[in-house]
Amino acid sequence: MNLLSYIVSRLLQMIPVVIGVSLVAFLAIHLVPGDPVQLMMHGRATPETLQAAHAKLGLDQPLLVQYWNFIRNAATGSLGTSIIQNADVGKIVGERLLPTVLLLVTSAVFAILIALPLSIIAARRSDQLADHVIRLLGIIGFAMPPFWVGIILMLFFGIYLDWFPISGYGRSFGDRMYHLVLPSLTIALFLAPILIQSLRAAILDVMTAEYITVARAKGLGPWRVLIKHALRNALMPVTTILAVNIGWLLSGAVVVEYLFSFPGLGSLLVRAVGQRDYPVIQGLSLVFAILVLFVNLLADLSYMLIDRRVLKA
Amino acid sequence: MVAPEQIAADNAAMKPSILEIEDLVVEFHQGNKVVRAANHVSLTIRQGETVGIVGESGSGKSVLCRSILRLLPSPPSFVKSGRITFAGRDLLSLPETEMQEIRGADIAMVFQNPMNALNPVWPIGDQITEGERVHRGLGTRAARTRAVELLKRVGIPSPEMRVDEYPHQWSGGMVQRAVIAMAIAGGPKLILADEPTTALDVTIQDQILALLMDLQAATGTTLILVSHDMAVVAETCDRVAVMYAGRIMELAPTADVFAHPRHPYSLGLLRSIPRIDGKGQRLEPIPGQPPSLSELPAGCPFMPRCSFASPACGTSDVPLREVAKGHFSACIKAEEIAAVAL
Repeated sequence: MNLLSYIVSRLLQMIPVVIGVSLVAFLAIHLVPGDPVQLMMHGRATPETLQAAHAKLGLDQPLLVQYWNFIRNAATGSLGTSIIQNADVGKIVGERLLPTVLLLVTSAVFAILIALPLSIIAARRSDQLADHVIRLLGIIGFAMPPFWVGIILMLFFGIYLDWFPISGYGRSFGDRMYHLVLPSLTIALFLAPILIQSLRAAILDVMTAEYITVARAKGLGPWRVLIKHALRNALMPVTTILAVNIGWLLSGAVVVEYLFSFPGLGSLLVRAVGQRDYPVIQGLSLVFAILVLFVNLLADLSYMLIDRRVLKA
Repeated sequence: MVAPEQIAADNAAMKPSILEIEDLVVEFHQGNKVVRAANHVSLTIRQGETVGIVGESGSGKSVLCRSILRLLPSPPSFVKSGRITFAGRDLLSLPETEMQEIRGADIAMVFQNPMNALNPVWPIGDQITEGERVHRGLGTRAARTRAVELLKRVGIPSPEMRVDEYPHQWSGGMVQRAVIAMAIAGGPKLILADEPTTALDVTIQDQILALLMDLQAATGTTLILVSHDMAVVAETCDRVAVMYAGRIMELAPTADVFAHPRHPYSLGLLRSIPRIDGKGQRLEPIPGQPPSLSELPAGCPFMPRCSFASPACGTSDVPLREVAKGHFSACIKAEEIAAVAL
């Protein structure tokens, strides 16, 4: 199998998953009790206006028809109109997509920058003091809830040292990056311990392989053996863990987005759910699903870069 | 008239030694148990000779090889006592950085399972010349040329096209050739081949052995060939060391061991392999099991399985002694065994 057919096959595999996720999201929201029109009108609407609003939004049609309309519109790029904001869902979601994606990317980069050196040191000095200290710090970092870590970071770096802004998003690219530091660090401090644990374990596992002994028999020093021969093989399982966690962080970032008044998808989702804004929830579900699939696609592509054997399968 | 083997052995005896192992004891600590994998092993290897180390699984052959290069992880392994002298240097007391200079450059190793011996994520050519790039500062371009040259030397067809391929794209026999290319890359004075043919098909085994012998003849390298297969050793080695339960039981020129073994264990090994001429059709397995290396009996470790055993065998350690010229045996009844026909 060559590179191109590998990528195409991964893309084709995404299609049924997108359909499945959209179906589940669509149905789950409709099965929850509560009428969006009632909610929108604050319960003061007459039966006539309710009916008119239902008809306008297509909520009076059979579920199957509603779903069909949803899919048909989504395929043409239209995600419907928000009931509450009375604006195009595509536009609402679109302007919050980039901040969230940026937040996830910077969080992942921070987490990797923290985890890579620490897990290498922990593996190199396994069961020695450095290893125990790193693992203990990891457990502490993992045990602290992100909202609390976020507050601590805000207090220390934002208010006490006054190094970084503690809320908002900024205007220029540089300013945005500046605003992203604390929220990304909050997420990274939660993600890094997971990566440290798994990368350390993966490195120690790879270090027992015969080709590591062979590398040593060539006269290579311990650091070269670890970095060149063990690390790359150990990255495979950790890439999977990173991809799964980034998908999960999409919803996990909600709290952090709230805390830092960050205009991302997470805060939009929380509000939309509270208001039962069906079109927004559906649109977001679809976008989340596609984001998660995209992250997994990236993981698949990086397997290919790490180890050529995946092309053989 | 003196047999030609005897002349060869005498010639070899005159060459200076390159590796001296003296009274080596290697132990593995596993919880409360202490597994003694090499038990007072002494062995002198002379320049340019091929020495076979035979014995069944767990007899300490691989441990011996890896101890020479100090490749065993510690813990759990510990060298309890002994000296290993290579070209006048005491390997066991060298700092790790000096040991790294010796590995690959002076002493190289060929491993048992080619499919596990190469790193799956790096191209083969890259791995072959890595030692030279690190030790001798070989440039990328020069390294590639060198890799092609080495692959050609070990008989890989069209190496220019294959040098950038990955291990999974090659067959086991080809990868083993690449592993051998990696071993000879540094121009080592001593090659340790740890069961180099065990994981391969029979037809490929012969090719790999022939390649090793050919390379040795061309470069004059000293070769230690570890095998559990008496037939492999018979074809290739000048001398044979028979190991059992971490000890050398018999050490002698190959022809002598095969014609007149002077240890009951060697005798048992020879009786348990089929002969191509059909003589002595009935194969005799050695009864019983090797002793647990964590609970070695006093005296000769082979005693419980030995048909020649007497009470004296179990009282004290039986050291290796010269029972005929150049022929060493660790059996108190060596002279008696020599008289037994195969």
